[in-house]
Amino acid sequence: MSQSKIGSWIAVIIGMLYFIVPLIGTFEFSLRMRRGEYSFDAYRVVFADPAFQATFLYSTLMGLITIVIGIVLVVPTAYFIQLRLPKLRPIVEFITLLPLVMPAIVIVFGYLRLYNSSSWIPLTANARTTDLLLAFSYVTLALPYMYRAVETGMRAIDVRTLTEAAEILGAGLPTILFKVIFPNVRVAILSGAFLTFAIVIGEFTMASLLNRPAFGPYLQLIGANRAYEPSALAIIAFLITWACMGLINVFGQARKLKRST
Amino acid sequence: MTVTTDTTPPLPAEPGPLPGPVGTAQKNLAVGQQLWAWIGVAPFFIFSLMFLLLPTLYLLVGAFQDADGHFTPQNLADLFTPTILSAYWISIKVSVASALVGAIIGFFLAYAVVMGGLPAWLRPTLMTFSGVASQFAGLPLAFAFLATLGRTGLVTVLLREFFGFNLYGTGFNLLSFWGLTLTYLYFQIPLMVLILTPALDGLKREWGEAAQVLGASKRQYWTMVALPILFPSLLGATLLLFANSFGAIATAYALTGSSLNIVTILLYAQIRGDVLHNQNLGYALALGMILITGLSNGTYIWLRSRAERWMR
Repeated sequence: MSQSKIGSWIAVIIGMLYFIVPLIGTFEFSLRMRRGEYSFDAYRVVFADPAFQATFLYSTLMGLITIVIGIVLVVPTAYFIQLRLPKLRPIVEFITLLPLVMPAIVIVFGYLRLYNSSSWIPLTANARTTDLLLAFSYVTLALPYMYRAVETGMRAIDVRTLTEAAEILGAGLPTILFKVIFPNVRVAILSGAFLTFAIVIGEFTMASLLNRPAFGPYLQLIGANRAYEPSALAIIAFLITWACMGLINVFGQARKLKRST
Repeated sequence: MTVTTDTTPPLPAEPGPLPGPVGTAQKNLAVGQQLWAWIGVAPFFIFSLMFLLLPTLYLLVGAFQDADGHFTPQNLADLFTPTILSAYWISIKVSVASALVGAIIGFFLAYAVVMGGLPAWLRPTLMTFSGVASQFAGLPLAFAFLATLGRTGLVTVLLREFFGFNLYGTGFNLLSFWGLTLTYLYFQIPLMVLILTPALDGLKREWGEAAQVLGASKRQYWTMVALPILFPSLLGATLLLFANSFGAIATAYALTGSSLNIVTILLYAQIRGDVLHNQNLGYALALGMILITGLSNGTYIWLRSRAERWMR
């Protein structure tokens, strides 16, 4: 075995240990609730907690709303930029990168000033419109990932030919968008959607500052007050993230397989 | 990352108007299509304006105003007080440390998996792991590290029981600068791996062979060919890592409460309870953050466009 090969093995093993040891540590800790023996009590307590169920449901719903708004905003934009307004591409790319430049806390700070109850558009005056504002804030957080995913998908298909073929067959714009383009970039949309979900589900800053009963602030509350439940919640959160990433991979693989046959 | 580099060629111009009534119809059609395209992208631009640009602009303007709305540079000057400066300083230190260490370890991992001669199955495994771990941030990450390296965490206990090594006796504390850096590395290293692997893939085999034919040693190949080509990607990715940890708040908040005074936590406290007793100073605090992350990300985007020249 050559020297560089040994070095590579060492690097990978150390890297893997760094990823895995905290997970083992967390899992072990989450089992310690009952004195003297391992048990799943912490999980039982968490799942039975009405606040867990309510906040988790709330954040799941938020995630779905965010995904829908994100798709409605991003897909037509990526489509028209690709097909008819290529000059706008740099501007759109710049905008979609902005959320990486501006920390989430700064964006939500701006919301609180611009949309507070004494402003022109008092979105935070009422719980439902605050929910909407929270969903919008999540859309901005997910924008870089969603746009990149959809744009990559659009580039991989021949948007122009598909559009022209549909037009010749007499399809109007809604039919083209929803029945021709959407199904063809479905995999890209799905991977953007799962990533969005992974970001939204445990998000803390936006939900906390907008004062909404989301899963993130619940995690914070439990983390500050309980001993073993936070570890159980961390494991649950990790499994959700894993599931989202795994689903992205599964759909990506399925597409590659379909291509190669 | 499959087909991101093949840029679509500029679209052919709309067919020129034909003579006669057909031409007019075609022209109308083209104008109609263009109109629909603008209507189609309008929601995106209105959304960006309302929920991304205007809120930020509001803070930027507010940073230069006093409580009555008059122009003043005083807020920016007030940023240079010990509390605020130290908050920025700790944030910058944590971000620089976690970005640099993350970049170095991430580079070796990516190198090992791309050209280390390891079995092929390791690569997709590591990439999947990296995808998950780079998104595993926020509060759960803090809980995980508390359970592992906290005072009663698994690693702390194992070290004490089996090796007689008292981690906390060495002055280590998870709720400190190094503790936070160590925790951030959990998502920084995988992020580096994700960004850098395509760049390492882009190093063409021919370059190595050409260098070898010309008599270069492996070391010379790296210092004189590969690293100069990789440099923009490396530096750019490091800057992205920097901004990534600079804007983070949830992990630090759950880990240290308010005991470690980083700038995001200070801003959080300011938004919740006006701890600085000056709303506009809060805007200036946000402005400073935007300047720092903006500078670092701007450089990243610029460097990436340079790096892509070699990736074609």
